[in-house]
Amino acid sequence: MAFKVIKPGLLALIQDLGRHGHQSIGLTTGGPMDEVAFRWGNALLDNDSNSAQIEITFGMFALEAQDDTSIAITGADLAATLNDKSITPWQTYAIKQGDVLAFHQPVWGLRAYLAVKGGFHCEPTLGSVATVVREKIGGLTGKGDKLQKGDVLVYKACSDHQQRSVPRLAIPHYGNKEIPVILGYQCQSFSSLERANFFSSDYRVSSNSDRMGYRLEGKAVHSDLKGIISEGIAYGAIQIPKDGQPIVLLQDRQTIGGYPKIGCVTRVGGSILAQQKPGDIIQFTPITVDQAERERHLQMARLAQWR
Amino acid sequence: MKNDDFPNIEMVSNQACLLTFSQVISEATSNDIAQVTQRLKSLAGIVDLVPSYTTLLVVFDDDHFDRFAIFKTIRQTIEAIDPNDFSIKDQREVVIPVYYDKEVGPDIEDVARHCQLSIDEVIRRHHETTYRAYAIGFTPGFAFLGNTPDELHVPRKTTPRLKVPVGSVALAENQTAVYPSVTPGGWQIIGRTPVNLIDWGSKNLALIAMGDSVRFDPISRDEFLVLGGQLDGF
Repeated sequence: MAFKVIKPGLLALIQDLGRHGHQSIGLTTGGPMDEVAFRWGNALLDNDSNSAQIEITFGMFALEAQDDTSIAITGADLAATLNDKSITPWQTYAIKQGDVLAFHQPVWGLRAYLAVKGGFHCEPTLGSVATVVREKIGGLTGKGDKLQKGDVLVYKACSDHQQRSVPRLAIPHYGNKEIPVILGYQCQSFSSLERANFFSSDYRVSSNSDRMGYRLEGKAVHSDLKGIISEGIAYGAIQIPKDGQPIVLLQDRQTIGGYPKIGCVTRVGGSILAQQKPGDIIQFTPITVDQAERERHLQMARLAQWR
Repeated sequence: MKNDDFPNIEMVSNQACLLTFSQVISEATSNDIAQVTQRLKSLAGIVDLVPSYTTLLVVFDDDHFDRFAIFKTIRQTIEAIDPNDFSIKDQREVVIPVYYDKEVGPDIEDVARHCQLSIDEVIRRHHETTYRAYAIGFTPGFAFLGNTPDELHVPRKTTPRLKVPVGSVALAENQTAVYPSVTPGGWQIIGRTPVNLIDWGSKNLALIAMGDSVRFDPISRDEFLVLGGQLDGF
């Protein structure tokens, strides 16, 4: 009752919604970089919202099924194939014993999510299976290893397949490169001119971007503050180091830091950002907490309606 | 907590708010933060808490709280704390055995030279001070301990090491710390502890929590080895 990894790809990680409640000792949360896609994967299969999935970055990843089941693919289009036939994301597929599922390379986006009926079975560490390679925690081994050739991903066999797909309207607008930002933290230390520059410039995703943070290159913005007393870093916080190039801190971020921050991208914004590849261009756009709350509730309501 | 000390609360996203207790670092502020962290910990809908020197980041479940509800809950929680509790120090004291020597503390000679002290004086001043854990971060279990005595203030190394061995005891500016895992690091290393700072199998996970009181206890090379200390790593 398992998938066997036949090609490990660049970076394939077991993820759930993250390891929460331990940031006070400096342990980061991990979790899916595109949380919206992850939530839809579990919703499509009527899984628990925290069921373990595989986050496949870039592709070159292939699995062989040892038993029948039902899967859902969401997130990026990584030119997936099922027994060499092209399949598209944001829907479920029936899997038969011996089937080969492969993710080749990005058509658009960067990270695909593979969910299986009932979730992948994996022993949690501190209440979560989320893999954080840097902290050597989570995943199949519990020691933060990415998936390797020969790894066995266990699921409960299931022959009751339901064909479902995510309504088009509910799929995030990945083509919209305006990433919503809630102004906060030290935003007052950025002059109105600096803020105007920040919200009106194009930023290019640096090749130094990873699950910890997305580094952006473009118009430098400067704070009046040199540094601050180290403080807690919320998901999506945009740190502005001395060179003025923004870093958006995401799922594997450090828990505290002493650089000025201009605000936070929302979960939806972070999900869209996480699908950008090095070289892609994005812009930041300001939104209020009120708007962010409404956007989030709408998204959660769509998921709830589906179930 | 006195009324005018009430922390400023600011939403930083729709899932987190930042409580700022003071603009300056002090033991009193650190006590307040530890106290409030403790009270908020047990509440339903609180996802994570990140205490630091002068602030507390509260991460909450946005299905449970909207921005008004979380403000109200935080206010009420703080108001319900007996002001006398803030002055009570129910601090834990953590004692960390350290083998101080250039064998495991390759910067101890530089530190002595910079501070114009003998190596023995560096060791004595380091272990005779009781420190407070002001913040935990950088890596899991890495506690920023302050303050070191004025005579021990040293700058960070100009070139950080790519690999600092586990258990390294180090100095930077007015702080000291123990490296819980192998990481890059720019602090000046003066010794090594054989004890684990982080253990995912233990109840507290991390040996030192924010607000704890921390002392170092000098041990010999033999004691270090008996306690399981490793000499390699550089």
